[in-house]
Amino acid sequence: MRLPCPICGTRDRREFYYQGAASMLERPVSGELDAWHAYVHVRDNPAGRTRDLWHHEAGCGAWVIVERDTVTHEVFGAVLVEDADAD
Amino acid sequence: MWFSGWRVLKEGLTGNKGWRPHWRDPDPKPVYDAVIIGGGGHGLATAYYLAAEHDMTNIAVLEKGYFGGGNVGRNTTIVRANYNLPGNSEFYSHSLKLWEGLEQELNFNTMFSQRGVLNLFHSDGQRDYAARRGNSMISQGDDAVLLDREGVRSMVPYLDFDNGRFPIYGGLFHPRGGTARHDAVAWGFARGADQRGVDLIQNCEVTGIDIQNGKVTGVQTSRGAIRAKKVAIVVAGRSSQVAAMAGMRLPIESHVLQAFVTEGLKPCIDQVVTFGMGHFYISQSDKGGLVFGGDLDFYASYAARGNLPMQEHVMEAAMTLMPMIGKARVLRSWGGIMDMSPDGSPVIDRTGVEGLYLNCGWCYGGFKAVPGSGFALAHLMATGRPHGSAARLRLDRFETGYGLMDEEGTGAQHNLH
Ligand SMILES: Cc1cc2nc3c(=O)[nH]c(=O)nc-3n(C[C@H](O)[C@H](O)[C@H](O)COP(=O)(O)OP(=O)(O)OC[C@H]3O[C@@H](n4cnc5c(N)ncnc54)[C@H](O)[C@@H]3O)c2cc1C
Ligand SMILES: [Zn+2]
Repeated sequence: MRLPCPICGTRDRREFYYQGAASMLERPVSGELDAWHAYVHVRDNPAGRTRDLWHHEAGCGAWVIVERDTVTHEVFGAVLVEDADAD
Repeated sequence: MWFSGWRVLKEGLTGNKGWRPHWRDPDPKPVYDAVIIGGGGHGLATAYYLAAEHDMTNIAVLEKGYFGGGNVGRNTTIVRANYNLPGNSEFYSHSLKLWEGLEQELNFNTMFSQRGVLNLFHSDGQRDYAARRGNSMISQGDDAVLLDREGVRSMVPYLDFDNGRFPIYGGLFHPRGGTARHDAVAWGFARGADQRGVDLIQNCEVTGIDIQNGKVTGVQTSRGAIRAKKVAIVVAGRSSQVAAMAGMRLPIESHVLQAFVTEGLKPCIDQVVTFGMGHFYISQSDKGGLVFGGDLDFYASYAARGNLPMQEHVMEAAMTLMPMIGKARVLRSWGGIMDMSPDGSPVIDRTGVEGLYLNCGWCYGGFKAVPGSGFALAHLMATGRPHGSAARLRLDRFETGYGLMDEEGTGAQHNLH
């Protein structure tokens, strides 16, 4: 699998560290236990399209949101976390 | 149909014409007392123990594919009881005891072989940890032997003992651990359940779970609706999708784990050998193939095949530990979908829906759990109380933080196990 880093272009999967579902960007604002439990542990875990967080560790060092298919491993695209967060 | 030496001899002399299918192929009935979703090792074992231990025979196992097509037929078959923490410790200990009587109980040759599991260590710190783990195993009533370097050498002389990065300091040996024939375990439980009247229904995908007033009333399937007051979700890597049919979101992430087998070789590896530092483990099947594997591919995936980077990593680890393996040719590799939980430990529990049970979170270690899990889930479904061996395998531990079983001590978070 190769992932398209918005800065470096398409790179080998080995250059990236996988963090997990991109829902981790939505940190709860309140201190509610439910919200934190959902944030830390609970996952949609879709069989199909998903958005997840990768760190281009052995490349430019950017955090990237990759949209891909968990069943076929097809990669649809990627954006920098800083751009996505700005929306 | 019962197996015996006499029967095998007679069939051999008469052209093997007397063998019959080992289980019926019934159509689903409209109503059962209980249905089990998923015909992997855990689902079939649950059905078997419901019938054998609790006389619940008006039940069905619904499998979307065929028995043995999931992880139960894809794993590397290591059976062991070498856990550290309360919760896992008593559960796997109980499961290993069930394994030891399983072939007699099922009258089925599962090729269970207690050849021993050897975990290597490579530093003084790791030796201390191995000693501690061995003591936990012994106080649980299981067996463990701490071996020094020479002790390991006498057992597995072909390792690279003086590897620059990972010199071998010793190993923790678990004599009662070993391997079994994975398909045979599924078939043995299937046959035993069928003989007691359980309907085993293949090619039957569950597409919906019916709930009324907070109680489960049945399931929708590709072969029609089936009513049941008790329904168990036992679908390993597909847990999130099936639980979603009941409106639940789970603390599970599905990942692919790969395994490899070489061409058949003369006997050379007598035990299961694990090289934790390289994320590599190996054993030799009775056919002679070296069966080995490594870590997850480490990203969420439902593709039952892996990627090349992990294959390369596993081969490198193999060469680091036992250079002799470089001469063997790899025959096949494959992957299975693991239901990874945040603390790396499983769940056997009720859910918020009355009559709906959940069995998931087996990660990469659920084969050895097959009898223990089936036994405990059957006990919970039949009696309404958790079995003693599985009382701590609770779903709410992630929410409350109470009773987490984080064997690796890395924290109860996805991506760390
Ligand atoms: C490569 C690899 C190596 C492993 N090595 C080991 C090992 O050495 N030791 C060990 O202890 N464990 C090991 N494991 C883990 C072990 O195989 C699993 O934890 C265990 O088999 C999971 O339980 P199961 O057998 O019930 O799963 P499965 O066999 O996957 O059963 C789940 C079943 O549910 C069915 N299903 C899913 N959705 C539906 C639906 N909607 N309707 C109906 N049916 C459905 C599936 O088709 C499947 O047959 C390994 C796994 C892999 C992949
Ligand atoms: Zn980059």
